[in-house]
Amino acid sequence: MTVLSVPRGRRLGWHLVCVAVLAVLLYPIAWLLGTSLKPPDEVTSSLSLLPRDWQFSNYTEALSGIGGTSFWRFLTNSVVVAGGAVLGNVISCSLAAFAFARLRFRLSGPLFAFMIATIMLPHHVVIIPQYAIFQSLGMIDTFWPLILPKFLATDAFFVFLIVQFMRGIPAELDEAARIDGCGPVRTFWHVMLPLIRPALITTTIFTFIWTWNDFFSQLLYLNSPENYTLPLALRLFIDQTGSSQYGPMFAMSVLTLVPIGLFFLAFQRFLVEGVSTSGLKG
Amino acid sequence: MAVLSPTRSALPSGSADRPVRRRAAGGGIAYLFLSPWIAGALLLTIGPMVASLYLSFTDYDLFSAPEWVGLENYRRMFTEDGRFLTSVGVTAKYVLLAVPLKLGLALGVALLLNRRRGGQGLYRSAFYAPSLLGASVSIALVWRTLFGDGAPFERLLGALGFQTGGWVGQPQYALFTLIFLAAWQFGAPMVIFLAGLKQIPSDLYDAVAVDGAGRWQTFRAITLPMLSPVIFFNLVLETIHAFQAFTPAYVVSNGRGGPSDATLFYTLYLYQRGFTDFRMGYASAMAWVLLIVIAVVTAVIFRSARLWVFYTDDKGQS
Repeated sequence: MTVLSVPRGRRLGWHLVCVAVLAVLLYPIAWLLGTSLKPPDEVTSSLSLLPRDWQFSNYTEALSGIGGTSFWRFLTNSVVVAGGAVLGNVISCSLAAFAFARLRFRLSGPLFAFMIATIMLPHHVVIIPQYAIFQSLGMIDTFWPLILPKFLATDAFFVFLIVQFMRGIPAELDEAARIDGCGPVRTFWHVMLPLIRPALITTTIFTFIWTWNDFFSQLLYLNSPENYTLPLALRLFIDQTGSSQYGPMFAMSVLTLVPIGLFFLAFQRFLVEGVSTSGLKG
Repeated sequence: MAVLSPTRSALPSGSADRPVRRRAAGGGIAYLFLSPWIAGALLLTIGPMVASLYLSFTDYDLFSAPEWVGLENYRRMFTEDGRFLTSVGVTAKYVLLAVPLKLGLALGVALLLNRRRGGQGLYRSAFYAPSLLGASVSIALVWRTLFGDGAPFERLLGALGFQTGGWVGQPQYALFTLIFLAAWQFGAPMVIFLAGLKQIPSDLYDAVAVDGAGRWQTFRAITLPMLSPVIFFNLVLETIHAFQAFTPAYVVSNGRGGPSDATLFYTLYLYQRGFTDFRMGYASAMAWVLLIVIAVVTAVIFRSARLWVFYTDDKGQS
């Protein structure tokens, strides 16, 4: 009704403004796609988004890797790190959230407050001792420092997200399970887990994307090129090749962003809903 | 007992022992569910926090035992270390410019989108997309090139009559490329603003429309106050976030914070001190200063909330 009652001219004007905003926002992405197919001399000399001379070889060059390590190795490393982080967060955060949302225990108030406070805590106050711990465990230059903390629910934000979601689920459901003789463990497994699936999907998506994009921790903990993830490989690319390698470097940038693009297309509803209900940052 | 007086014992004993039993069972089991989180909190949060506070009073290079130096790190930071003060200035400038710009854009575009028209959902998703990409190395590389010498941005400015050269290479402009990158990611707070706008009851708008209020008056009298809790929320989150920005500065300046330290973010300098110079005591002291600054700034925003954040259940407010 409202859609139709707005005058056509104003609707058109509104679309024009929105498309203009969109064009500015998407320009860097379009530029990236175009540049990834350009020969080196066109990168800065030509303003056109489309290459004059399509260099698909940029992609084969990017896929061949850097300094003897293949692109697929970097990709596998990124997948392992992100996959491990997702698994860790989903398991540990849902367990902790269930205790906070549904179980009674004496320290629940203070512990919950502490958990919330850690969301705001800048990572830097713990990073040096953490580094020393992982070094003494011989875990530098392995994936463990990137994955292990996730199994200990250090991403408190997701604990909070799942707690909030659980609080929205009627208590009668787990009351009923309890009356039927389910203990907390079976209530969690059979009643809660199926019900909180949307929250777990949100946790999965954001953990994946954040870990995939993460640069700081991977820079800290991974040293040898065969352990490099895609963000580190990209940095290696800049260090080892000059501006002559713009094409392959941006081809690799595009390939690095592909999984995020796919996640976005597949789950955009979840992403946007997740942000609007919980205040998640992208 | 139950056999003797079933009617009397059923009620009191049932209601008396149930909570006790639940608490006893729930207590033990709750800690079981929490055990990964508790282990993480002790080993990876509280322990390291205490340790880094201690290390901040020492000289520590990771390989030999820390050596107590008292307040020396803190004193050196504020009195002798020019690069530290530069990094504080750069970060302060970044926070003060990037956060309002990003939130202003987010609010503006949210107001634009907040209409029941076809395509709204599509625009919302598309505007949100940069928020997912912006933190990546790939996009930072794009920025580095787009704002470099001879690149599209310089030519655009040139066509408008400004001969500035590439911004990335120039100390007076380099930080602005990073501010633009932050602003480019306005989608996440925009989505939160949109959700907030949808919560405003439409009868409030009807009421002021009857009173003959114009657009601006409606915005000032209804939208802004009703949205103020969401603005507050976004402001706190974005501010904390901006203080900790790292990746774009690292990539755009090749890890150096240049040109002439113009993009030397606090976290980047902390990284350099800790992990390239191995001055980990000093870096720990810097981390604690950052924690305290963020805590103070957040506290100030919370205090100021009384003046400008309007909660509907707060009857005393007008």
